[in-house]
Amino acid sequence: MLCQRCKKQQATIHLTEILQNEKRERHLCEDCAREEGVAIKAQVNLQDILSGMLEAHQEAGKEAGLTCPDCGITYAEFRNQGRLGCPHDYEVFAAPLQEVLEKVHGATQHVGKLPHRAGADSYAQRELMQLRRQLQEAIESEHYEEAARLRDLIRDKETAGETR
Amino acid sequence: MKLDDLIVGPSPWLQPGGPQCDIILSTRVRLARNVAGRPFSSRLKPDQREELDAWLQKAILKALAPKDVAWFELEGMPEIDRRCLVERHLISRELAAGDGHRGVAIDPTQRLAVMANEEDHIRLQIYAPGLQLDETWRDADEVDDCIEQQVTYTFSPTLGYLTACPTNVGTGMRASVMLHLPGLVLTKQIEKVFRAVSRMRLAVRGLYGEGTQATGDIYQISNQASLGRSESDILKTLGAVIPQILAYERQARDVLATESPKYLDDRIFRAWGLLTHARTISSEETLTLLSAARLGVNMARLKGVDIGAINELFLLTRPGHIQKMRGAELSETERDVARADYIRKRLGAT
Repeated sequence: MLCQRCKKQQATIHLTEILQNEKRERHLCEDCAREEGVAIKAQVNLQDILSGMLEAHQEAGKEAGLTCPDCGITYAEFRNQGRLGCPHDYEVFAAPLQEVLEKVHGATQHVGKLPHRAGADSYAQRELMQLRRQLQEAIESEHYEEAARLRDLIRDKETAGETR
Repeated sequence: MKLDDLIVGPSPWLQPGGPQCDIILSTRVRLARNVAGRPFSSRLKPDQREELDAWLQKAILKALAPKDVAWFELEGMPEIDRRCLVERHLISRELAAGDGHRGVAIDPTQRLAVMANEEDHIRLQIYAPGLQLDETWRDADEVDDCIEQQVTYTFSPTLGYLTACPTNVGTGMRASVMLHLPGLVLTKQIEKVFRAVSRMRLAVRGLYGEGTQATGDIYQISNQASLGRSESDILKTLGAVIPQILAYERQARDVLATESPKYLDDRIFRAWGLLTHARTISSEETLTLLSAARLGVNMARLKGVDIGAINELFLLTRPGHIQKMRGAELSETERDVARADYIRKRLGAT
């Protein structure tokens, strides 16, 4: 897209202005944007970018109520604090996160280092997380026998994962 | 190894001698990892957090025993000590300010640090002087393998290493280079460089990371994207950009020397005059003056001054270190006096 002002250079700055309740989109090249006094932030704060993007999602609204069955975090909570609650959230919030990942990384598929150990499969990870949550609940409700049973079960599963 | 020894001595990564050390202060590679089968740190209940902290301490110390790392628990650590660790870039501001059980393992050379229970369960970093992208990654990769002997990481074949913040997912890697760019600042070219850099999915930050001011003309440039490219590709992108910035900075210094030598020298020698004679000085002003002095030494205009001393002062004049060296909590006014005294002493002035 060419700059709307000089109509020569590529537009790299995209602005949405709201004037008297009317939305107007403008596409400018960097030189024109600077001449018009549009500040280009030199210090890029990832957190700002992320919360900005997440706010855009707020408009959609429908994802806000998504809740992770494992850690209990809602999509709205994640949006506010910018941090996920547990690894399973990547599956629960997969749809809205897709766009976030594309904006931040320009990609959605890992191509880097792989862990050496096989114990990292996600089913076993989820099961462990659920057991830990049950353990916490058992302790809080003072069901100590159940807690002891869960603790041993977690220990067994962890050892099994490590020797696999 | 005691914490006091660690935070009073000079920091190895500020020692001169690293590749391109006239402009590049240091290179850092950090990896974010999480332990499988547990919620991320912010979602841990206090007792779960305590249990994980103790477990990580054991696992990390065992995994890195050959590196002779020592463990420092942050919970209950005096504020000045935490501040010194941040000033040394050994821990993040988040870990220092956080609460609950959390810690850091540091090796005696301070090249390696592993934080536990930060935003992610494990954050390991390798810090080296000058430009050493491949070397720092190689060591970080090795340390990562060692820790993995003890810890099962949470990993997804599609998204890679899963992290608490989606900005770190994938490789979990952030590679950053800390540059001293007074030439580009003085010639007002720095904004241009930033714009070029941000087009390549690289981020520019100040001396102390995200959201901090670029004081002392020190900037950190790091990869923004951690997903969808391999560690070596990320390093390649950074590795391709850095030499261009170095060339621009050297060019800017040449322009200053040929076109405005009086202006340049005035800046350098005024800074030197103040550093060696001031009786009270803020940490902000110190960084500005040290930047000019560093430029003067590296351009061979300010002669007979030890660049090692200048580099060290960037760190040892920070508020935490000034108080640590005095062995007491000081008010801001008292700090400014202590700082001026220390600088004069270190630079051999009276």
